[in-house]
Amino acid sequence: MKANVKYNLVWLIMMVAGFYLMNTLILVGVIDSFIENMLVTIGINIILATGLNLIIGFAGQFSLGHAGFMAIGAYATAIVTQTASTPGGFYASIFIGIVISIIAALIVGVPTLRLRGDYLAIATMGASEIIRILINNMKITGGAAGMFNIPQFADWPTVYIMVCVTTIIIVNFIHSRAGRAVKSVREDEIAAEAMGINVTKWKLAAFVLGASTAAVAGSLHASYLQTIAPNDFGIMESISILIIVVLGGVGSITGTFVAAVVLGVLDTVLQNFGALRMVIYAAALILIMIFKPSGLLGTWELSIKKIFSRSKRKERVES
Amino acid sequence: MSKLLQVENLVKNFGGLTAVSNVSLHLDNNELVALIGPNGAGKTTLFNLLTGVIPASSGSIVLSGENGTYPLNGKRAYKIADMGLSRTFQNIRLFKNLSVLDNVLIAMTSKFKEGFIPTIFRFPSYYKTEARLVAEAKKLLAIFELTDDVDVLAKNLPYGTQRRLEIVRALATKPQILFLDEPAAGMNPEETANLTQLILKVQHSFHITILLIEHDMSLVMNLAQCIYVLDHGSLLAQGTPDEIQANPAVIKAYLGEEA
Repeated sequence: MKANVKYNLVWLIMMVAGFYLMNTLILVGVIDSFIENMLVTIGINIILATGLNLIIGFAGQFSLGHAGFMAIGAYATAIVTQTASTPGGFYASIFIGIVISIIAALIVGVPTLRLRGDYLAIATMGASEIIRILINNMKITGGAAGMFNIPQFADWPTVYIMVCVTTIIIVNFIHSRAGRAVKSVREDEIAAEAMGINVTKWKLAAFVLGASTAAVAGSLHASYLQTIAPNDFGIMESISILIIVVLGGVGSITGTFVAAVVLGVLDTVLQNFGALRMVIYAAALILIMIFKPSGLLGTWELSIKKIFSRSKRKERVES
Repeated sequence: MSKLLQVENLVKNFGGLTAVSNVSLHLDNNELVALIGPNGAGKTTLFNLLTGVIPASSGSIVLSGENGTYPLNGKRAYKIADMGLSRTFQNIRLFKNLSVLDNVLIAMTSKFKEGFIPTIFRFPSYYKTEARLVAEAKKLLAIFELTDDVDVLAKNLPYGTQRRLEIVRALATKPQILFLDEPAAGMNPEETANLTQLILKVQHSFHITILLIEHDMSLVMNLAQCIYVLDHGSLLAQGTPDEIQANPAVIKAYLGEEA
């Protein structure tokens, strides 16, 4: 019990310290609005990619429809905050986005999660295209032109806090009875079922949780950028989230963080190179995949518990 | 008094092939029963029918519990596992990339409920349940001398130990009936002798019924109180080991007829 409190406290201190570090850097002027923009994009990508890593890396369900759920969150926030332009309205819109995306994930997941591998990828990709085309053809969403002048409630502290909250939820989900059940489904469905695991239920749980965090990311995206269009949430967006997951390591949340930061920085730095940008970006990805096919970190996780127990063991050896 | 598990006229057709035809059998409390037969006789299919991996074409499977009887046909595998039928697999199906401890903890999942909110926000109750789970899993692993391997990934265990872990994992679901599908496959005589002792220990210390498929006759004849012989999907004979060894039909199925 005591040990758990200690580990959780260390994590909390790290999060608070990170917040104040950024705050000071902005006040001092080291982080200008250009870098701040980059950091917010990285934060939103982290939320998206940890959710997708839960679905792909831990539940073993290859989903290519993450952008669809992001779109639901984005449009929920855009529509709600244009009529109720208050911080309360913004948070309500996040909640509405989560609820709608959970419903959508259930509708999509119940029939498609019976499929495996490539088939599931195509089915989820199709589902996300359906969401995008629905948005494209509705009046309330502004059609293909999208929505403008969305009030900005999501500043960097909001995004930072949301990154922390969604990560805590997903990591705690993974390191629990639920996470073990989900991982057993990835390992061997028949054996899992024979051990009393309701395979359909746990697959769906991971899928729905991943989808709802994607909706949160969508809400932040809409509110921060203030402009959204259906084409922002196409297949390319799903793929770029997938790239973060694969690059960081399928099955490593720490890897997702590292990859989101690396790619975010790379993307920003390469903006100066104009047309060469995509070439260098692609070459970097290919090189990493050749020399580290399991992703930057594989399935390695940063664990305070492990660090503590390692230093304890050292002490024992020395004494 | 009714039998613990009563199977009546179980049939499974795969297209035109009848893999299991009209099999009736029963298991008593704390009984050790063997199921033998030549390759392709339908033994594993019968196991799959009993544990709900595949649905039966017709027939009934009824489990008797303390409060009445429960029909098992048509139930999903995880529900059947919840009702106390657990199994191992012919070709080991451990959760290979997870630790030995996780393998056992997963089997306990449905026995320990913990809400979503307490889990996500790590209430004290979450840590309490988790500690209880881990303690129980470790206790079980200690009985089977796996304490030193708790953090090892299942795929890195030696073959014999993997088989042992699969039995531990099946026991972690707190079964009434344990189905062992060829537990001695690929083992040398010494390992088989150890396994025989282990199975006897399991039967006595956990007070459960065991149904096992096995080709190793020394193990079958040493352990089984009752033997069912399956050939071409139907029941050829049943009886004590001595009766089966003397049964001409069984000898014919295994060795063929004299020319």
